[in-house]
Amino acid sequence: MSGHIVPKKTYYTIFLLLMILLAVTVLIAYLDLDHATGIGGLNIIVALSIAFTKMMLVVMYFMHMKWSNKLTWIFGGASILWLVIMLVITMADYISRGWVMFTNR
Amino acid sequence: METASTISTTTAPTTMPGAANGVFEMPKVTYLNAQEGIKSWLLTGDHKRIAILYLISISVFFALGGVFASLIRIELLTPGPELDAEMYNRAFTAHGIIMVFMFLIPAIPAVLGNFLLPIMIGARDLAFPKVNLLSWYLYIIGGALTMSAMVIGGVDTGWTFYTPYSTTYSQSYVFLTGLGIFIMGFSSITTGLNFVITTHKMRAPGMTWSRLPLFVWSQYATSLVMLLGTPVIAITVVLLAAERVFGVGIFNPNLGGDPVLFQHLFWFYSHPAVYIMILPAMGVISELIAAFSRRRVFGYSFVAFSSLAIAIFGFLVWGHHLFVSGQSAYAGIIFSILSFIVAIPSAVKVFNWTTTLYKGSISYETPMLYALAFIGLFAIGGLTGLFCAALGLDVHITDTYFIIAHFHYVMVGSTVIAYLGGIHYWWPKMTGRGYPEFWGKLSALLIYVGFNLTFFPQFILGYLGMPRRYHVYPPEYQVLNILSTAGASVLAVGFMMPVFYLLWSLKYGPITGPNPWGAKGLEWETASPPPTFNFDATPIVTEEAYAYDAEADEAAYQAALQQGKR
Repeated sequence: MSGHIVPKKTYYTIFLLLMILLAVTVLIAYLDLDHATGIGGLNIIVALSIAFTKMMLVVMYFMHMKWSNKLTWIFGGASILWLVIMLVITMADYISRGWVMFTNR
Repeated sequence: METASTISTTTAPTTMPGAANGVFEMPKVTYLNAQEGIKSWLLTGDHKRIAILYLISISVFFALGGVFASLIRIELLTPGPELDAEMYNRAFTAHGIIMVFMFLIPAIPAVLGNFLLPIMIGARDLAFPKVNLLSWYLYIIGGALTMSAMVIGGVDTGWTFYTPYSTTYSQSYVFLTGLGIFIMGFSSITTGLNFVITTHKMRAPGMTWSRLPLFVWSQYATSLVMLLGTPVIAITVVLLAAERVFGVGIFNPNLGGDPVLFQHLFWFYSHPAVYIMILPAMGVISELIAAFSRRRVFGYSFVAFSSLAIAIFGFLVWGHHLFVSGQSAYAGIIFSILSFIVAIPSAVKVFNWTTTLYKGSISYETPMLYALAFIGLFAIGGLTGLFCAALGLDVHITDTYFIIAHFHYVMVGSTVIAYLGGIHYWWPKMTGRGYPEFWGKLSALLIYVGFNLTFFPQFILGYLGMPRRYHVYPPEYQVLNILSTAGASVLAVGFMMPVFYLLWSLKYGPITGPNPWGAKGLEWETASPPPTFNFDATPIVTEEAYAYDAEADEAAYQAALQQGKR
């Protein structure tokens, strides 16, 4: 429980930043970055990067992680680690589905 | 501390709650009568009162789930259809949803955990009493929504809500049920959050991590699973609703989705949810085994860390539910191997409990009967889990009664048994009164016999190939099904008996005093029932958990025997 008091101005600034990032998300949805640059999957990479930035802003400022102690950071980190576990192991299924299957024929 | 430990040695070490009648008086001010009126209960911040609120509501839901279980068993008494298929689908779905989300998940954490965790660590209350009350209201609101879906027509998807049936085809109240489960999830998260913070921040002086009772360790591990897993089921239910109501393509291949993704997300929570059910049960058993064999739990730190290991490994095995769902064979192999790993910390616990019994001064009161039943039934439930984790064998037993028998051995044979054992063990603490030991033992015996008679035949049925979730079956399966239904009747009687004698004990039970079992632990050093803030003065902990002395207790017992007092 950090007793840190955050000035209102910080909250408004972060809110503004989030709204700008939201607008950017909507904007790039209309652009076909994959074709324009020739890099496959660039659209999804950019969209997810913006989403991650937004998430970090919320966690750091609105949820006071920036001013919290190490224990809180461990728990915050653990939840990200768990998200990674979920995505990586699920992807392990999707990536290997097309591989050659065992057969007894 | 000192005065309390003298009390526990002067009363005979394993006195039954009834035996101390006349010696003790009921404390004048307890958490039960500190404030009066319905409002003082519904707006309470007292963790003990909230535990009682949970106890009542959970018992009601357990009874409702039991009614649906009876419907299923009556239907399966004969090969033909007594209920039509639609009705049967709704009955087993209702049974599953009620038992999993409204009984098994909150049972031990929200009742016993809520009541005991702060007392066991020497705190006045949980860290956030109002959040604790909020969690009960969320549970009731979610439960009411889900039940209302069942009243207006029910759900027919099974408790697993597999897509595409649940999103595209089912004509039942999937959305309303999902909304209820979504809300109940937050009840679980807030409870977990409260427990984690309380354990970190509110331990009494001297209550170091290595002195925590193993029940607290298991609650802590459970709370981590609740915190890290439950948000995923919430999101999954939201995605399900988004596709069902708004047609957003998540799980439907026609819209660019993948139905197996639902199973990944669902089991990412729902497999660890099994550990939400079993870990607190294991914590209860550690307490019971230590108290009734008068020994410190063998390998304390191994048992403590095996809880954390189960919590962590439990998150890496969900794909063993997807072996025949079109998941890649390579992912299947990895999930199969990881699933076997969970057996290690589980076996550590079972072996350590058994070793604790060795050279202990064992007595067979009702809670101990439940604890011993747990060890045997959990061994069967756990070992048949290895059958299911084996990739090749699982293809044969997937969606058969073998699976049903396996997970009922874990959920009923272990979790419900431990819950009942814990309720009996801590009943004198919660109410200040003892229950009739004879009826307690009789009901424990009936539950044990009834349970095995219900579910053991299902292992054979499943192995012979009887699939789950069908209302009719070939006539050659009838004998085993009759056995199973007969067992369910015995089980029902066993479950109903505690309702009567525990209610009876509220008024007529003998007054037990602070420590009827002569057990160790801070919860036995305060009055029964405890005052609102648990202790008159903050306790200072100076000894290890379970500082029992089996030899001294045995000597005291023999001496009492010679004097003709036992």
